[in-house]
Amino acid sequence: MTTFSKDDVKYFADFVRIGVSEEDKEIFSAKIADLIESVSNLKEVDVTNVEPMTHPIAMINVLREDQPKDILDREIMLASAEDQEDGSIKVPDIL
Amino acid sequence: MTLTSKTAAELQALLQKGEVTVKEVMEETLQTIEQTDKKIHAFIHVATDEAKARAEQLDQTTADTRGRLFGVPIGIKDNIVTLDMTTTCASKMLEDFVPVYNATVMNKLEAAGAVNVGKLNMDEFAMGSTTETSYFGNTLNPWNTDYVPGGSSGGSAAAVAAGEVPLSLGSDTGGSVRQPAAFCGIVGMKPTYGRVSRFGLTAFASSLDQIGTFSRTVEDNALLLSVIAGEDDNDSSSSAKQVPDYTQALTGDVKGLKVAVPTSYLGEGVDEEVAAAVKEALGVLESLGAVCEEVELPHIQYAPTTYYVISSSEAQSNLSRFDGLRYGFHTENAENLEQAYFRTRQEGFGEEVKKRILFGTYAMSADHHEDLYVRAQKVRTLIAQDFNEVFEKYDVVIGPTTATTAFKLGETGGDQLVHYANDVLAVPANLTGRPALSVPCGFVNELPVGLQIMGKHFDEETLYKVAHAYEQATDFHKRTPSIQGGN
Repeated sequence: MTTFSKDDVKYFADFVRIGVSEEDKEIFSAKIADLIESVSNLKEVDVTNVEPMTHPIAMINVLREDQPKDILDREIMLASAEDQEDGSIKVPDIL
Repeated sequence: MTLTSKTAAELQALLQKGEVTVKEVMEETLQTIEQTDKKIHAFIHVATDEAKARAEQLDQTTADTRGRLFGVPIGIKDNIVTLDMTTTCASKMLEDFVPVYNATVMNKLEAAGAVNVGKLNMDEFAMGSTTETSYFGNTLNPWNTDYVPGGSSGGSAAAVAAGEVPLSLGSDTGGSVRQPAAFCGIVGMKPTYGRVSRFGLTAFASSLDQIGTFSRTVEDNALLLSVIAGEDDNDSSSSAKQVPDYTQALTGDVKGLKVAVPTSYLGEGVDEEVAAAVKEALGVLESLGAVCEEVELPHIQYAPTTYYVISSSEAQSNLSRFDGLRYGFHTENAENLEQAYFRTRQEGFGEEVKKRILFGTYAMSADHHEDLYVRAQKVRTLIAQDFNEVFEKYDVVIGPTTATTAFKLGETGGDQLVHYANDVLAVPANLTGRPALSVPCGFVNELPVGLQIMGKHFDEETLYKVAHAYEQATDFHKRTPSIQGGN
């Protein structure tokens, strides 16, 4: 039986900066243990000399000239932000 | 016959000739949505004022400027961004988010004359297959409101099935267009990876995501894809291949078509009556001149777990953009930046989304990356090779779209693992980037069954040709739901 402890939940949640309550830890430790158990069947597959597939359609070097375009006004984009000042997004104190 | 019961093609004929006005179509559509959506909750937002204004504007145009979807109402899955119209991804995280630009598909629809009548319900961030993980409450299946419409594009499928709109857009990362199309008894197409621009589609798993099309008939679906497909400067993964007029592919001629039927698609885990409906459909295709043969797909049983690992890994990266600072939900309970991130995500994301982010983070972590994420990518290669071999000899792969008919509400609790048997059928098209569509092929206990047709890359024409020939030889698409429950 695969285990994924409540400490594991906290450990990985910290990486992605998601807050978790005690109840969350309980729920996710059980659910993620189930998932890890389920995907363990991939270990049965012989993948010797098999290349990983990162993209379903082979496309090489999709390039274009790096020319600036007039796309969206700064004010329009800033309007979605919670807080702004002098044309920049304002965030809570860092320290 | 009411206007809302007509197909997009039928509406087009009337609108282009001026026999009805866009205003008339829109009034009836909005009225139908008002009455019907109380029973099925397909819409998150109905764009009443915008649709009325657009109808008036379109009625002023001259006949020579009218596009292929002139005046046709369409609903849009709420993970496709719409200028000045909320785009919530069915999440608290984006409850009040109003995009400042249009997705490329929205610009294309607008140019073709379509009228966006609103945003459709879905599983939160497209993570689920029942529409039960929506922050705004679930959508009900129009065939029986005790059942789910499927998901994640459940609103898109239910709205079309219930006659609220003739067309809708969804997105398909692991079956999210085809499965709800099957559960709701309509046509749903996931085009080839790269066939439709994803600029403005909220990313879930970038190597799998594709925008797809819903309609009640194959002809309408072909028409809609013809309008939205094509290369886009804003999406480097979009294909430069020319877009054919898919409606020209509907010739009815499937003589000599080579059909592969994977043995596992009709085996263990697939409901017997669903399998029987699919076998009957294969018989219909044979009577039209197609040749069906059984094939083996040696790695197919690993498709769902391969998908879980890859989709969650990509999702954890894609969803890191939701920080509560630039747009979207913002916690009120933060004293510093660190707390703002943690609490915004804790309060803004639902349980299923958090679970997948956490699992994806585990799969991408230094200790597990090689043995889980990279291994899954290698198994993905083997699955793709299995299909490549089959498609060297065959034109299409056919099987059921889903292993069962629609689940009862609350039956699965949206739990991913319960859907394993369905995922075996759904996710291969995404893992391999191939096009696949679902077309109605019967009923079990008055709930619809879908026939899934998968094709060669960029050969949507053959899928439409086969689906159309089958549809015209049967009459499942003519049945309409009564929108009742309590059975």
